[in-house]
Amino acid sequence: MLTRRIIACLDVNAGRVVKGVQFVDLVDAGDPAELAARHAAAGADEIVFLDISATHEGRGTLLDTVRRAAQRLFVPFTVGGGIRTADEAAAVFDAGADKISINSAALARPELIGEIGARFGAQAVIVAIDARRAAGNPAAEYAEVFVAGGRTPTGRRAVEWAREAEQRGAGEILLTSMDADGTRGGFDCPLTAAVSEAVQIPVIASGGAGNAQHFTQVFREGKADAALAASIFHFGIADVRVLKEELRRDGIPVRLPC
Amino acid sequence: MIAVVDYKAGNLTSVVKALRAVGADVLVTESAAEIASAERIVLPGVGHFAATRRLDDIGITEAVRAAIRRGIPFLGICVGMQWLLEGSSEAPEQPGLGYFRGQCERFPEGSEKVPHVGWNEILTRTEPSPARLFAGVEQNAFVYFTHSYFVPAINFRRGPDPKLLENGTAAVTHYIETFASAVEHENVMGVQFHPEKSGETGLRILRNFLEWTPC
Repeated sequence: MLTRRIIACLDVNAGRVVKGVQFVDLVDAGDPAELAARHAAAGADEIVFLDISATHEGRGTLLDTVRRAAQRLFVPFTVGGGIRTADEAAAVFDAGADKISINSAALARPELIGEIGARFGAQAVIVAIDARRAAGNPAAEYAEVFVAGGRTPTGRRAVEWAREAEQRGAGEILLTSMDADGTRGGFDCPLTAAVSEAVQIPVIASGGAGNAQHFTQVFREGKADAALAASIFHFGIADVRVLKEELRRDGIPVRLPC
Repeated sequence: MIAVVDYKAGNLTSVVKALRAVGADVLVTESAAEIASAERIVLPGVGHFAATRRLDDIGITEAVRAAIRRGIPFLGICVGMQWLLEGSSEAPEQPGLGYFRGQCERFPEGSEKVPHVGWNEILTRTEPSPARLFAGVEQNAFVYFTHSYFVPAINFRRGPDPKLLENGTAAVTHYIETFASAVEHENVMGVQFHPEKSGETGLRILRNFLEWTPC
């Protein structure tokens, strides 16, 4: 049976992990390569690096970081953050990423989705969508897409942009609820379900995870195909394996043993 | 030396890295001559079946056919496995190698999503002889898939039956329907999933391919 994926996400700034699990016995708890390997060993179905470097110098170290991490990773590995052209994507693939995720650049120039897909396959292109419910019309279908790290509204509906991204050749959608992000109060299940039902490609839910129940909810009610776990491991869940064991008790199909 | 065939269909970095991790001496090449002299051949591939046309255009199809006839071990991955059949409804005008009979089909649209993306289980062949690719791999092990087209499973688990080898089904997986997730017959093997992205299970499968020696 196809399992629901738990994806471990690491925010990387200038080659260092900004937040993530602090495994007690790590030699270097800020090293993305070491943390990625540890998450994979604990059962993460995929690893995502989100490059949040604000400076050009910080970005320069990304390829080296990806190369070092990829050396030890034998699960799917996605890199996102700041990729604006097909050539920049090519460099990230060369360094060892299996998929790239694009956000603002895809909205600015949607042809980019097809350009990267034509060279590396649709399965390698994840379109990341940051969405927020509209104050005037809070229904999930009206949630609006934001870019530039959630600072700039685009006037586009998340559901409609996800559909366009799929038509242009995206392989997956990574949907982050800006309303839920950071709250630890649970994923935005209605929003995730609205997007997941609008497309045929897999939808990865992100934002709001606080406990294992939230994952069960987003798989059941949110119809998510995968869920991103980042800071949850700071707050009471030891690692991916523990999370998956809870999900299995809830009847969610997960890859165990991993 | 193992030739990893580069026919400009996706990124080969992960396949090469995984093969090297299990000790292979890898040469990435699109030269028919280099493929003809390789000890083993791996044909990866993601994307569209039509991309395999390039294999015909630059002489690789014939080089592979000849190598297979000489008993050189061959492993096709994803589209590289699908290419072993006669063709695919994804690109009806483009013939496959035709080593195994049959056509690749698209998952039917319905309640489940297409493509099939993620970790799913493989049920491996034990009769009439255990699949060599899966020596030491437990039944229902998880591997990573990403595809919309599949190789139909033929007469799997019916025991000794000459038709079993019609497409050499070596493992099956269920998603919407039960399809062939691996094939093998004599020196020719193929996997629909990505062993290079399937953790320890995947590395074990690659090692089995490397260590298998024709008698």
